[in-house]
Amino acid sequence: MSNEAPDPDDNGIALEATGLEKLFPVRGLRGRAVHAVDGVDIRLDRGRVVALVGESGSGKSTIAKLLALLIPRTGGDLRLDGEPISGRGRRAFRAYSRRVQLIFQDPFASLNPVHTVRYTLTRSVRIHRGALRGAALESALELLLDRVQLRPASRYLEKFPHELSGGQRQRVAIARALAANPEVLLADEPVSMLDVSIRLGILNLLKDLRDDLNLAILYITHDIASARYFADRTSVMYAGRIVETGDSESVTQRPAHPYTRLLIDSAPDPDQLTKAARKARGEAPSLVTPPAGCRFNPRCQFATDLCRTENPPLLDVDTGRQAACWGYSDRQDRPVLDDTLVGGRVSS
Amino acid sequence: MSTVLPTPATVKTGEPVLQIRNLVVDYGYGDDPTHVLREVSLTLNKGEVLGLAGESGCGMSTLAYAASRLLPPPGIITGGEVLFTRRDGSVVDILKLSDKELRAARWNDIAIVFQGAMNSLNPVYRVSKQLTDVIATHRPALSRRELDDRAAELLELVGISPDRLRSFPHQLSGGMRQRVMIAMALALEPQVLIMDEPTTALDVVMQRQIVEQITDLRERLGFAVIFITHDVSLLIEVADRIAIMYAGEIVESATASEVYRMPRHPYSDGLLGSFPPLHGPRRELGGIPGSPPDLAKPIDGCPYADRCPFAFDRCRVENPALKQTVFADLEPERLVACHLHDLPLAKVPVQLTRRPA
Repeated sequence: MSNEAPDPDDNGIALEATGLEKLFPVRGLRGRAVHAVDGVDIRLDRGRVVALVGESGSGKSTIAKLLALLIPRTGGDLRLDGEPISGRGRRAFRAYSRRVQLIFQDPFASLNPVHTVRYTLTRSVRIHRGALRGAALESALELLLDRVQLRPASRYLEKFPHELSGGQRQRVAIARALAANPEVLLADEPVSMLDVSIRLGILNLLKDLRDDLNLAILYITHDIASARYFADRTSVMYAGRIVETGDSESVTQRPAHPYTRLLIDSAPDPDQLTKAARKARGEAPSLVTPPAGCRFNPRCQFATDLCRTENPPLLDVDTGRQAACWGYSDRQDRPVLDDTLVGGRVSS
Repeated sequence: MSTVLPTPATVKTGEPVLQIRNLVVDYGYGDDPTHVLREVSLTLNKGEVLGLAGESGCGMSTLAYAASRLLPPPGIITGGEVLFTRRDGSVVDILKLSDKELRAARWNDIAIVFQGAMNSLNPVYRVSKQLTDVIATHRPALSRRELDDRAAELLELVGISPDRLRSFPHQLSGGMRQRVMIAMALALEPQVLIMDEPTTALDVVMQRQIVEQITDLRERLGFAVIFITHDVSLLIEVADRIAIMYAGEIVESATASEVYRMPRHPYSDGLLGSFPPLHGPRRELGGIPGSPPDLAKPIDGCPYADRCPFAFDRCRVENPALKQTVFADLEPERLVACHLHDLPLAKVPVQLTRRPA
């Protein structure tokens, strides 16, 4: 990624992971492991949203947990503001989690049902900012609820989670994350459990927070249309690897990787009812014994022997865009892509 | 005994297979039950895919379960009728069938693919056992051999290799389990298939496969489908007609493309604006602020009035009935429950008066 031209509105890297790897050992199968995340590079810039899109089981949530240090990684480096993070030790973890906060998918499960909103937020404020009391605490709580547009604060502070709607609960969960004044927000499917009508409200709120607080946000989702709406950059994951990355608009409008195109063609689109070539087939591979070479090769119509033997690195497709597909290499035995992909006309 | 009614003489477009009339469902037996369905009427024609869309808690699943009398307590049906047209042309009211008749009719006439269906297979029985059980119950005359052949045939129908019959559910992927459930629902060749969020738990690629399969099977076998989902954009693809539900009522009913291109109810418009488009211009969207009303409390006026950007005084006192739109002459079969359509055309918001191209 170092050869990438610096963005004009680049505010600096907040969190960067290189070669991130997580192998889960499989019980009963000695020496075998689930390759949940396999050599993933990811970079979160301040004031930017990066979307991570993929099917369930592709390793998206594992990446969120690795970045939040909730599970130890088995390989790769993590840097926050350029400092390497080891993730060992309780004190170091506390200091790290102050700066990198996580929002979970299910606001029904992530808030403790026996505590009021006041208690939940006070805990978070005290843990991360020291013993605030009285008026200082009160104004901190009000500011937090104001940030997530729950106004007036007095109406929500004494409520229990069951008294709130799903959208309000997710806002409280976001307020709890903001209590730490984080630099990075990891949002693991923050809207997929919510009703369709209020999803955009939450995404718009996160957008405002990105701008107001200059947050770096990782948005994990399976809905590529919402990634286009909300994220500045989009990375597509397949079977534990990133297969395509670039700005959201070009990734969704002119996909470069065959898998990205499959995802986009499979999404419901009322404007293109008659669109042919909708023969989506196959399923994601086993991650215990992943296919050799490119992991998408068993489902890919362009696959050649090269794809079945060697794993493609992320290759430059366009400015700021990369795809892990041999079709973009200059090798003699590369597969020939058709013109439905951006690579049909390979740009230098 | 069941009440066998004569087939209504006035059959308009298409032959109805299921007619729901003024269905009322309450939750709770006390003095002030929650009215979850309020006089809902809906007609499903033969071979048609009817989509039900809305937010959660608006009564879509309740409607489907009430129509098949599967509603669990404390739900009780307090009014209305559900007329089912049998293959021989006789019409029965499902709500008046005896338990025995109901048992014979279920799965045979109306089958359901439940929400989260892939988890409704019994984990301790093989797929073959679960498939043949269904058939054996309703067709006791069939031999073991015939049952097994039929089970294999069904699996093939939904695109699963018959050697999977010996599998246990945990050996199948989520998409395959979902397809086994669809195969099971089709085992007795029902006339009506109710699908409650059949693809919500699946990935988009698998969702696409299942939806293609349903469309394909419907064309081959000719059953009618009630398709319930939150995903309006998916519904526009699969459904012929769409009914939008809000707070236990149908607020708009039209063909799928009409709803998509020319929504007439502010709620339909808001629902469509909740899905960011994958193609076309990127624009700022807002969804619908607020949440559906609490049905346990009495609702004065239109239930959507509090969230509606166009609400005026009348909306807060009088609940609009489902009637023709402001373009009654041009689209007589379109129905909408909104007072705005009683106003002169110039006063109706432009979002709700898009005209056919």
